Amino acid sequence: MPVSGVSADATVLSVRQLTKLFGSFAACNGIDLDIKPGEIHALLGENGAGKSTLVKMLFGVLAPTSGTILWNGQTVRIASPAAARKLGIGMVFQHFSLFEALTVAENIALSLDDKLPLAQIAARASELSHAYGLPLDPHAHVADLSVGERQRIEIVRALLQNPQLIILDEPTSVLTPQEADRLFETLFKLRAEGRSVLYISHRLEEVQRICDRATVLRHGKVTGACDPRQETPASLARMMVGAEVAHVSAAGTTTRGEVLLEARHLSAAARTPFAVALKNVCLKVRAGEVLAIAGVAGNGQGELFDALSGEYPVEEAQTVQLRGKAVGRSGINDRRSMGAGFVPEERHGHAAVSALPLSDNLVLARYWSDRKAFLSGPLGLIRSGAVKAAAKRICVEMDVRKSGEDPAAGSLSGGNLQKFIVGRELDRQPSVLVVNQPTWGVDAGAASRIRQALVDLAKSGSAVLVISQDLDEIFEVASEIAVISEGRLSDAYPAGELTREKIGLLMGGLYGKTEGAHAH
Amino acid sequence: MRIELEKRARPSQLHSLLSPIIALLLTLVTGAILFAALGQDPVRALYVLFIGPLTEVWSLHELAVKSAPLIMIGVGLSVCYRCNNWNIGAEGQLVAGAITGSIIPVLFNDWHSPLVLPLMLVMGMVGGALYAAIPAFLKAQTNTNEILTSLMLVYVAELFLDWLVRGPWRDPQGFNFPVTKQFQPEGILPELLDSGRANLGIVFAILAALAVWFMMRFTLKGFEIKVLGASERAGRFAGFSRKGMIWFSMMLSGALAGLAGICEVSGVINKLQPEISPGYGFTAIIVAFLGRLNPLGVIVAGLVLGLTYLGGEGAQIELGLSDKVVRVFQGMLLFFVLACDTLAIYRVRLSLAPAAKEA
Repeated sequence: MPVSGVSADATVLSVRQLTKLFGSFAACNGIDLDIKPGEIHALLGENGAGKSTLVKMLFGVLAPTSGTILWNGQTVRIASPAAARKLGIGMVFQHFSLFEALTVAENIALSLDDKLPLAQIAARASELSHAYGLPLDPHAHVADLSVGERQRIEIVRALLQNPQLIILDEPTSVLTPQEADRLFETLFKLRAEGRSVLYISHRLEEVQRICDRATVLRHGKVTGACDPRQETPASLARMMVGAEVAHVSAAGTTTRGEVLLEARHLSAAARTPFAVALKNVCLKVRAGEVLAIAGVAGNGQGELFDALSGEYPVEEAQTVQLRGKAVGRSGINDRRSMGAGFVPEERHGHAAVSALPLSDNLVLARYWSDRKAFLSGPLGLIRSGAVKAAAKRICVEMDVRKSGEDPAAGSLSGGNLQKFIVGRELDRQPSVLVVNQPTWGVDAGAASRIRQALVDLAKSGSAVLVISQDLDEIFEVASEIAVISEGRLSDAYPAGELTREKIGLLMGGLYGKTEGAHAH
Repeated sequence: MRIELEKRARPSQLHSLLSPIIALLLTLVTGAILFAALGQDPVRALYVLFIGPLTEVWSLHELAVKSAPLIMIGVGLSVCYRCNNWNIGAEGQLVAGAITGSIIPVLFNDWHSPLVLPLMLVMGMVGGALYAAIPAFLKAQTNTNEILTSLMLVYVAELFLDWLVRGPWRDPQGFNFPVTKQFQPEGILPELLDSGRANLGIVFAILAALAVWFMMRFTLKGFEIKVLGASERAGRFAGFSRKGMIWFSMMLSGALAGLAGICEVSGVINKLQPEISPGYGFTAIIVAFLGRLNPLGVIVAGLVLGLTYLGGEGAQIELGLSDKVVRVFQGMLLFFVLACDTLAIYRVRLSLAPAAKEA
């Protein structure tokens, strides 16, 4: 191993007063960071805190505006990812950059700076993957692999460069608890070899469990450096958001009403080769209830949302029931007119058009259900006065912080835009609300606000379906929990009866469910 | 050293308005260099091209004649391009509209009724719309690239017109020239004033621009166009139909191109012949972009490009230059507009950091 012997207080990587300006906006503002050899160092922060920008500068993707980076005590300028790899920095991105049609070995070969025969790469990859407990078949096609396996390719790819420092960006956001445990084993092995790991996450318990030190960012500045094991999740969260996070008071309603949203043996073929087919999904959401669907990303959540919302209607009308009516073949606006509201996962370019102002984005989702208020005349004129007033009302109700009266949706932070998008539906008092990843990439303050709003909506007698990958969120809001895996949905269990371990097993698809015996 | 394109935090409104003006200036400067290289006095050449046509009443009329089809087609294309339907075949739709609009005056040349002209205009629009429906159908149903299909259909339409005027529709008393009968007086688009040739076409063009501007600015349909252009997925979330928009935008632009075609034939040429357009359908693509895909901007841009046609005629007569000079100017203009637009969205930075030393 080339990891050289270094003295106790030496650092692999030091960053001094690192600043990155985008125009006049400081994404990173005078950051100091020290990473020692053989430590797992956490980088904590909300979305938009500057974590990604910092990491991109360390990996040579962005050039810093000012400040210095020291590598083993030497000032360096990292001009490109290739230069970073040459120094000994490896990176595993949150969003994988893999060619699905190619094999594992071919994907690895593409990322290497040196040209090596494919067979040799395959052998090396196979050897490394076993040494670090990351079983991987180098000849498998990426398209056939699970998300966890794809992540292993990225990790092996980074390890092949024999790095001194490995940066992992939100590595567990796509993993089941079991897969995450396996990843941690690998990280401990790397640490034992004297390599360093920069671990980016916003999952506090994980950070407490595996990290030796933590640096907390907020609004582009370092707000704390600590030993996470000495802290509580609450104190870490305080450093991240700068204030106590309001606790969501759980759903806990006992009065369950009639079934408002139901899927009866809902199946849908995959629309693209890489999409997931829905297989015989059955679910019921009653008035006053929050049904949460847990699952690892890419197991059919998006497809389930599409079928329930009517963005892609299904073949058989009977398979989706909204307030007792068969709506499987109806479009999204018909379902909205029946009192349903929908919040998709992706904010930009799905739930909202980034370039258009908030008022236009209100029209986007509500012009049909609120056509009496928002449209006039046979030409379909948009009543901008009424729309702007409603947009303003939503911003006040949901505490949406924005610059200007009616700014473009893209200028809002993720959390504030999400508050607007959720508020846009709540403003109608929908009797059924379907939400996919309600707080994905949203800061803690906005997340707790959104979760509370979902719980309150259910309490007021609506049926709420939440699709989420975040177990904390699920336990916070759900009255019933089901798990989706490879397009199949488990039975729903009362939230109190489930543990994280059980959900983890269900996520892996290991549930003992007999076909046809669905709980109705 | 490397060149980086960095996205501006907020594309400025000012840049977006200035960019066509800067593009025009750059075109003029480059044009001056071009003329100097051709051995002409650049100042005089530019004067002949761009100022001369504006100094006489008759040539102002000609400007209206040349700009009307450009504006009509450009307005339709601006709708298409706003929602990412890349109709490149307006020239073919123009020809198709000219043919269908001419059915009455060619086949019923003896019918004298005030209904003739309105029917011709409507049939011209229908013909253009139906011809644009072919690439719309192919895109909506079979996912075929509309850039290719609409472009290739231009040649089909032109050759069909050629065959018609040489074959079944040729004027029997036409001394074997490939032309149809002269239209009856009721089939001629009236001129506006006695002082020149400007006809009703320019009025239609401005009305079309105003109507489309109103639609884009105030109605749900305009909103739908903007949303589907910005993000198809958001459009689906809103319940808008992507396929419906393909049909709507292609047929709207086809109808306006067809109107331009029948106006040109009925108002300027008064009969069908193998060549009826000096490439209005293609030049209108430049008009749409120079006009910022905004119908009101298209009016201004249409006048500017109409001027290049007139100036080209002047350049032939006074300077003895080929009329290809016009095409060169139009090409440079589109190039500079697109370049300036890119710079309005991105900032160019020279990064002085040395490139990574590769192993």
